Amino acid sequence: MTTETGIGAAVKRREDFRFLTGRGTYTDDINRPHQAYGYILRSPYAAAQITGIDTSKAKAAPGVIAVLTGADYDKGGLPCGWQIHSKDGSPMIEPAHPPLCKDQVRHVGDQVALVVAETYAEAKDAAELIEVDYKELPAIISTAKASEDGAPQVWPEAKNNICFDWHIGDKAATDAAFAKAHHVTKIDLVNQRLIPNAMEPRSAVGDYDRATGDYTLYTTSQNPHVIRLLMGAFVLQIPEHKLRVVAPDVGGGFGSKIFHYAEEALVTWASGKVGRPIKWTAERSEAFISDAQGRDHVSHAELAMDKDGKFLGLRVNTIANMGAYLSTFAPCVPTYLHATLLAGVYTTPAIYAEVKAVFTHTVPVDAYRGAGRPEATYLLERLVAKAARDMQMDQVEIRRRNFIPKDAFPYQTPVALQYDSGDYEATLDLALQMSKWADFENRRAEAAKRGKLRGIGISTYLEACGIAPSAVVGSLGARAGLYETGSIRVHPTGSVTVFTGSHSHGQGHETTFAQLVSDGLGIPLENVEVVHGDTAKIPFGMGTYGSRSLAVGGSALVKAMDKIIAKATKIAAHLMEAAASDVEFKDGNFTVKGTDKSIPFGQVALTAYVPHNYPITELEPGLEETAFYDPLNFTYPGGTHICEVEIDPETGITQVVNFTAVDDVGRVINPMIVEGQVHGGLAQGIGQALLERCVYDEDSGQLLTGSYMDYTMPRADDLPSFQVATHGTMCTHNPIGAKGVGEVGAIGSPPAVINAVIDALAPLGIEDMSMPATPLKVWQAIQSAPKKMSAA
Amino acid sequence: MHNFNYHRPNNVADAVTALGGAGDGKIIAGGMTLVPTLKQRLAAPSDLIDLNGIADLKGIKAESDGITIGAMTRHAEVAASSLVKSAIPALAELAELIGDRQVRNRGTIGGSLANNDPAADYPAAILGLGATVRTNKREIAADDFFQGLFETALEEGEIITAVHFPKPEKAAYRKFAQPASRFALIGVFVAKTKGGIRVAVTGGGNGVFRATDIETALAANFTPAAAKGVKLDPADFNGDLHGTPEYRAALVSTMAARAVEAC
Repeated sequence: MTTETGIGAAVKRREDFRFLTGRGTYTDDINRPHQAYGYILRSPYAAAQITGIDTSKAKAAPGVIAVLTGADYDKGGLPCGWQIHSKDGSPMIEPAHPPLCKDQVRHVGDQVALVVAETYAEAKDAAELIEVDYKELPAIISTAKASEDGAPQVWPEAKNNICFDWHIGDKAATDAAFAKAHHVTKIDLVNQRLIPNAMEPRSAVGDYDRATGDYTLYTTSQNPHVIRLLMGAFVLQIPEHKLRVVAPDVGGGFGSKIFHYAEEALVTWASGKVGRPIKWTAERSEAFISDAQGRDHVSHAELAMDKDGKFLGLRVNTIANMGAYLSTFAPCVPTYLHATLLAGVYTTPAIYAEVKAVFTHTVPVDAYRGAGRPEATYLLERLVAKAARDMQMDQVEIRRRNFIPKDAFPYQTPVALQYDSGDYEATLDLALQMSKWADFENRRAEAAKRGKLRGIGISTYLEACGIAPSAVVGSLGARAGLYETGSIRVHPTGSVTVFTGSHSHGQGHETTFAQLVSDGLGIPLENVEVVHGDTAKIPFGMGTYGSRSLAVGGSALVKAMDKIIAKATKIAAHLMEAAASDVEFKDGNFTVKGTDKSIPFGQVALTAYVPHNYPITELEPGLEETAFYDPLNFTYPGGTHICEVEIDPETGITQVVNFTAVDDVGRVINPMIVEGQVHGGLAQGIGQALLERCVYDEDSGQLLTGSYMDYTMPRADDLPSFQVATHGTMCTHNPIGAKGVGEVGAIGSPPAVINAVIDALAPLGIEDMSMPATPLKVWQAIQSAPKKMSAA
Repeated sequence: MHNFNYHRPNNVADAVTALGGAGDGKIIAGGMTLVPTLKQRLAAPSDLIDLNGIADLKGIKAESDGITIGAMTRHAEVAASSLVKSAIPALAELAELIGDRQVRNRGTIGGSLANNDPAADYPAAILGLGATVRTNKREIAADDFFQGLFETALEEGEIITAVHFPKPEKAAYRKFAQPASRFALIGVFVAKTKGGIRVAVTGGGNGVFRATDIETALAANFTPAAAKGVKLDPADFNGDLHGTPEYRAALVSTMAARAVEAC
């Protein structure tokens, strides 16, 4: 009955009317009675001692209610949610992370004072009157140089700025593999730091109610329960039943709104102190220096092969920049979300990876769309492309030769993960066909006639998402469970409210989850409402990140529906005077098998709430169920991305002329939303490959790309019309078969783009290009190329 | 943004009076540079004198040997003007390349010239076409108007009223956009005028300038190859994240060649 709106239907997003017409309710749209405004005074220095703060003039300024500094703050620091242990068994260095600095600042943008005033402008004016005496200290910015002897120290307890020095895999087996190698391909790579740039800047409103003693925090979060737990239990010591966290409409997160930020704690704490609700909303320039940033790895990798190009072993050494403090999930990104992915789609039998995390005087780094997997994919797919060139093998053939075959699942990799399903040949074949790979050389020749260098690049990637089995991640250092919750409340007339612990900030859950439940209960889509984002309404949930919402949150809803149907079947059996085992549920009707006796879902719902004729001794009235779903494994989306570029050798500008993405995301509920997610991910991936980079001045630590004047966001005209398709193998361990789609675009695409750029430049003898491949860099590479344009 | 007194005169004389009476007054035209500067608190004028109420400063008209554009004419109006498109199509095309749609619907030619951002597009057209800047006091030749980074020949109390462009024989503008801001990393305006070949470069350094070496080469041989063959000295160019001096110098020859091709 639900073919037009059920699983697999391209239903238009129900939330889009309010988003497209400006009727969403974002945090900054929320105003509380008697609300005051907060402004955060931030450090202008990357590293400095605070030798004195005089707030007297600011306190006397018009409209000022309070000026609070580190000396006033008497609560806890921001906690880190994941603990990594170094090779030697010692725990990572976990420095204090107070929301307001006391005696030292450690990055440009570090919080120094909170000014609360009647208006935002008054708070900002007053902040200019705060006199802070700074004694500037030398700063360390460079990821590669942070652990060198003599580098300025961010924390006294972190010698050589090392947070942890971790490893995974079998070193002896990997060394043995290299010892028998026919050829070893080596590569040095930088995965540059990115600034997330959600469309909606972060915002927080803290509201303390003296009458009840309750605190409410409205915040731009991807996971309101996680914020309630971290801020309530660890930072402000507010018990859960006295703290409500609401994450209303949120305009994009990409990971940057997972973390518990200082501003959330400060407005909540200060609201209790001054007895007024307090709103803080980041200005865009503020977001550049206070939102957790992404990536920032420096890696060296080596691949050992036999004479046929079969991979024998992989060695990886990565330095990961944590920034000045540990953000909420920072330590797991370069470790368990990165190094465990280094097998990729290949049968490489021996892998050994070392990851050293370092502190620098920069904004903290944490998960950003893909979180660790883009770094692993970029490393592996650049390395494989180079290996093919070294071995004079075809780019496709070397991959096919090393693919995990489709009959080898479940497949245990040498770096902890066990893949449940996949068919890498199928996604590859489809992508080759869609991209007209076989005819590429004709297109290259045609472009050459126009004076353009055309190149093609491929990436056959895999990622792990649907995070995560709680027991597994717990054993690896996670300080939280990673299940999800779902509640289904059937109303007396048969319509349904769905409560999910997942959070939608652009993903379209209000549509996808409604389709899932509408399909499962056989009721019209318009009879299903999806509620999320408020700890006062929904059961304890873990939120949305790591492409987990459908695979984990959707599965919780399926479990809750199973409970609803089981109970409703008993009620229906009672009504039809049949045994429950003889009643089956299909398309919204309960039928006694082999008879024409049938009653609809709505009648059962009404009976549950008007239990006049009801098996009251066996069943409670009502029809409402909650399920907690803890996944058995990660999910493993993968696929093939193929990029084709044209380079103008005179200007160095690279144009993406064709991009094909074939992704295995498992079961697709709404193909239109899946396509949209892939498009967005590709834009971010191509953005990283060609445009975006966060640059700090190496000496002063000032952010040089502190606005859109210098930080290049991808625009529509930077991107081609994408060719996307899905080719699904089902996830074997969740009830939907879904794998996840939120991050695949950003994970698979960067190496495809750079491999294409290198392929375009190869006729000039150019073998390397770093991200982003800006016009300047490409032009410089052409100028210093071994061969000249005319010879190419 | 700090507080300021706001004035909205309806004629130039009143604007000059308001400016003279202000402690630290500033004129606002489209506000495309000034408003962000105020919001970032990098400027805190006591008074803003808004020219948007002065009807005499708006509009495009044909005049003797060319066209005259009022100082408060928006970029979008220039880009869409049939008069500009038929007389000097290169000027309409340039206006279409400025900023984004929002900027083009707000920003003005007079504001752009008075600000003289070293990477702005309009200065290349004014200098390249040998236009004349008219003010409430006098007429200033393009060659005298631009005086370096954000510096112009405008004096205290002097307000641009219009710009007069003589019709060239041929002209074209080619811009290489800085990837992030999409200001000109290098923009080159090439024109064949009654007074000879003029090549104006924006984005290269401390303000728009004429590339005389390329002008000489093109005077001898008006071909893309002639422009491309001129190697400029990188020492005359600025470097930043988006372009080294060498890159900018090379882009001038490339963009000049492309402009010649488009002429």
